[in-house]
Parts: sequence; structure tokens; C-alpha cells
Amino acid sequence: MTTPGIAEIRKTALNAVHRRSNARMVNFGGWDMPLEYSGILAEHQAVRTRAGLFDVSHMGEIEITGPGAHSLVQWVSCNNAAKLIDGQIQYSGLMTSRGTFVDDLLVHQISGTHYMLCVNAGNQDADFEHIVANNKFDAKVSNAGPRYSQLAVQGPRAAEILQKLTRTPLAPIRYYYFVFGQVSGVDCLIARTGYTGEDGFEIYFAPEYSEKLWDDLMSAGVPLGMIPAGLGARNTLRLEAGMCLYGHEIDDTTTPWEAGLAWICKMEKAPFLGSEVLAAQKQNGLPRKLVGFEMLDKRIGRDGYPVDVNGQEVGRVTSGCPSPSLKKNIGMAYVPPAATAIGTDLQIDIRGQKAAARIIAMPFYKRPQ
Amino acid sequence: MYPADYRYTKQHEWVKVDGPTGTVGITHYAQQELGDVVFVDMPKPGTKVKLGASFGTVESVKAVSEIFSPVSGEVLETNSLLSDAPEKINADPHVTAWLIKIKLDDPKEAAGLMDAAAYQAYVEQAAKDH
Repeated sequence: MTTPGIAEIRKTALNAVHRRSNARMVNFGGWDMPLEYSGILAEHQAVRTRAGLFDVSHMGEIEITGPGAHSLVQWVSCNNAAKLIDGQIQYSGLMTSRGTFVDDLLVHQISGTHYMLCVNAGNQDADFEHIVANNKFDAKVSNAGPRYSQLAVQGPRAAEILQKLTRTPLAPIRYYYFVFGQVSGVDCLIARTGYTGEDGFEIYFAPEYSEKLWDDLMSAGVPLGMIPAGLGARNTLRLEAGMCLYGHEIDDTTTPWEAGLAWICKMEKAPFLGSEVLAAQKQNGLPRKLVGFEMLDKRIGRDGYPVDVNGQEVGRVTSGCPSPSLKKNIGMAYVPPAATAIGTDLQIDIRGQKAAARIIAMPFYKRPQ
Repeated sequence: MYPADYRYTKQHEWVKVDGPTGTVGITHYAQQELGDVVFVDMPKPGTKVKLGASFGTVESVKAVSEIFSPVSGEVLETNSLLSDAPEKINADPHVTAWLIKIKLDDPKEAAGLMDAAAYQAYVEQAAKDH
């Protein structure tokens, strides 16, 4: 019997594989997902130095097609999709009419009349409804999550590993571009994207091939030092790379200006959803801005902890963790614009005790070129 | 897995009683649940601790967890090994990576806690419910 009002936890096509691999599982946005296999630190190091394989099939896909597809994408998102060529990808924000984030997403331009949006797992149904509600362009919008599994191969050896399984030359695929090709004989959209700050690929394919592709990628990758990696390492990797996570740095109360995402908010393409509010905020000034900090204390400033400047509470931490690459504790927080200068001293309230921190530049980690 | 001469709490701490002194740590199950431990915050010697009350924190990459005292008494010593090598809690939670030593108010108090067999059954049930 299912209890009315409590949603069933969702599983990716690789759930049995994760459980067989002794992954520690966690409910993430309504999905039963691997948090860690061998340990967050070991998985983090593997991705920074060799490679990691992530099941990210929980991510949502929304397809927008038809003559109105481009106009609809332009209307609901804040980045400028007119800059895209076929086969190119753009990081963008799905906007409310208040200029805040319904979600952040990757816009894949398959053609000017066909876009594939990759969105956050926990938001995909709300995103779909929001896009449909704003579809005044007669485009066809489909909630395509169940049609796709997604695997991410991330790390300096990712290209070498994936190349073993495909005839598609990977070297010519530039960062934030994609091609259609076969991996292990399975039709895939092969994108050079990721959420780790490393080189890597994200491949999208029909769910029935999930176990085959997982096994084949493991066989190709393990001899090169690849290991499976979970959401725990995904979080420490993205945080080191200074990337936002929905529900932490961004949500439906934050604007792209506040989140330091001016580079994805293109006012020259206005009007779009929220563009008037965004223009006004740009003119009138921001109430808060996202900054990166390092702890000068051994403790960790975590999500939700209050942040003080000169003894006055001014904001909150949005994410915090130990940085395995930098060997110090890092995090992000919202503070007033006047307190955002690099080197500003912060005090973070860690369960009633003030711990010293300092604003530093983001990204915290940049991969060696 | 769980030493037979220790006593255990439902919050996954252990205590080993040697006469007037109790040595306290967290269990193998607790370290597994926490994952990679990166920081341990323990009370200074002389601090009074109480059965069931929080006396410190163990922090892993993903979370921070309060540690509850399995017995009442006064802190005699904290494990200096853990300030430089907190990851020892993952490697050896029952022996070298103890957290604090306590001068016990009542050496009989720990008898009210679970023994190894009861604790083993308790964590097996917890793993099933997971």
C-alpha cells in the first residue's frame, strides 16, 4: 500500500548496480542515489587526478521542438540562445517573472527548432510546468526525463577512457559542445560538459542500455585508475570549482546578479521572463552578493550558518566543505555588496561559536591547463 | 567486530570501563555512517560530562555529528592523536582512535548500556531499516 501524499522514491536504471557496488545511498531530490562508494575523499582525488564515473540519470531532460522552440527558450531563460550554433551548449537560468531562478540548466541546441534542456532532478516537473505555462510560441514541450539515462565521465583521463569505446573522435569536441555518436554501439548524445571543474564528458542515451554502458565504461576506465563516484564527491568537486547548486546558492529568491552569474544574464536580448526586474535591480543595486570564503579555523562553515562582519550578522553560508585539493575548508555565502572585497574578515557562527573566515576569490580550484 | 568488554549506546558511542576510568569513542557503525572524518572537537580536561548529554562533535566531509556521553564524570584526557589525524577514526574507531577518557562518577553506570551482542543486533536492524 502506498501512503497518499508521500511520493514514491525514484530510482535510476542503475540502482541495482549501485547497491551491488556497496554504495551508501541517499535520498536526493526524491531520488535514491549513491552518496559514496569507496569514500568521498578517494573519489574526489580520483576525479582530480585520473577519472570518476557518475550516474547522473536523475537529472531531468526537457525537449523543446518546432518553429517556436527558439523563441520559447529565449523567453524563459536568461542567457542568449541566439549565440548558439547547432551542437553547442550553454549554461543558463530558467527565470521566474521576478528574475529569480526556477532552475539552472544546460541548453543543448540540436537545431534552431530543437533544444534539449538538462535540468535538476528535483526541479524537472516544476520546470516542465513553468515552461508549458509560458509557451506562447506554440512550441512542443516534452518532459523527456524517462527517455534518458545520463553518465558523466570526469577527470584528466576521461577522454582517453571514453575514446576506447567510440569511433567518434573526441579531441575535436570543444568544451560545451556535443555530437551524436555511438558509445559501445549505443546511440548517445556525447557532450563535453561536467560539474566537477575537470575535463570530461556527459553522455545521454536510452535507459535500457544503462548497465551495459556502466559496465563497459568501468572495464575501459578501471585500468586507467577510474572509480565510481557519488553525489558526495560531486558536491566537493563543484564547490571547489565555484559552481552553484540549486537550493543552496540559487533558488527562486535569488537573481543572477546576486549569484555572481552576470555572465549568463544577457540584457541585450530583453524582453524575457524577469528582464524588467533584473534591469531595475542592476540599476538600483543588489541587496546581497555571493562570495567565496576560506575558514581560518579547523571547523567547517556549513549551509545555513549565520555570517557576521564586524560583529553584525549580515548573511548566511550557502555551502561549505573541506577542500581536498586545497587542504583547507571552503564555502560560499551571501553578504551585503559592501562586504564583498577579497580579504574581508568574516565570522561564521558554528553552533554558537564564532569561527574566523576570510573572503577569497572563486573559483577556489582551477584545473592545470 | 564489536569488542565484548565494551558497552554501547543507541547513538553509537562505546565506553570501556577500567576501574574508576572510562574510555569513550564512536563505533565502527558510526564511522561508516559519517564517512571520511576531517575534524574532531573535544572538551578540555576537567570538563564535566553527563550520561546522554552532548560533549563534542565529529565532523566528516559531508556532515557534523554531535557525540553523546555514554557515562557521567569528568574528562581526564582527550586523544591528541586525533587533532593531527582525525581520519584514524575511520581506520581504528575501537582502539587507537578513542575520543576521551573520563573519571567516572559511578563505575556501575555503564552496566545499563547495551553489551556487544545487543549492539550488534541493534546495528543489524538499523542497516535493514536503511
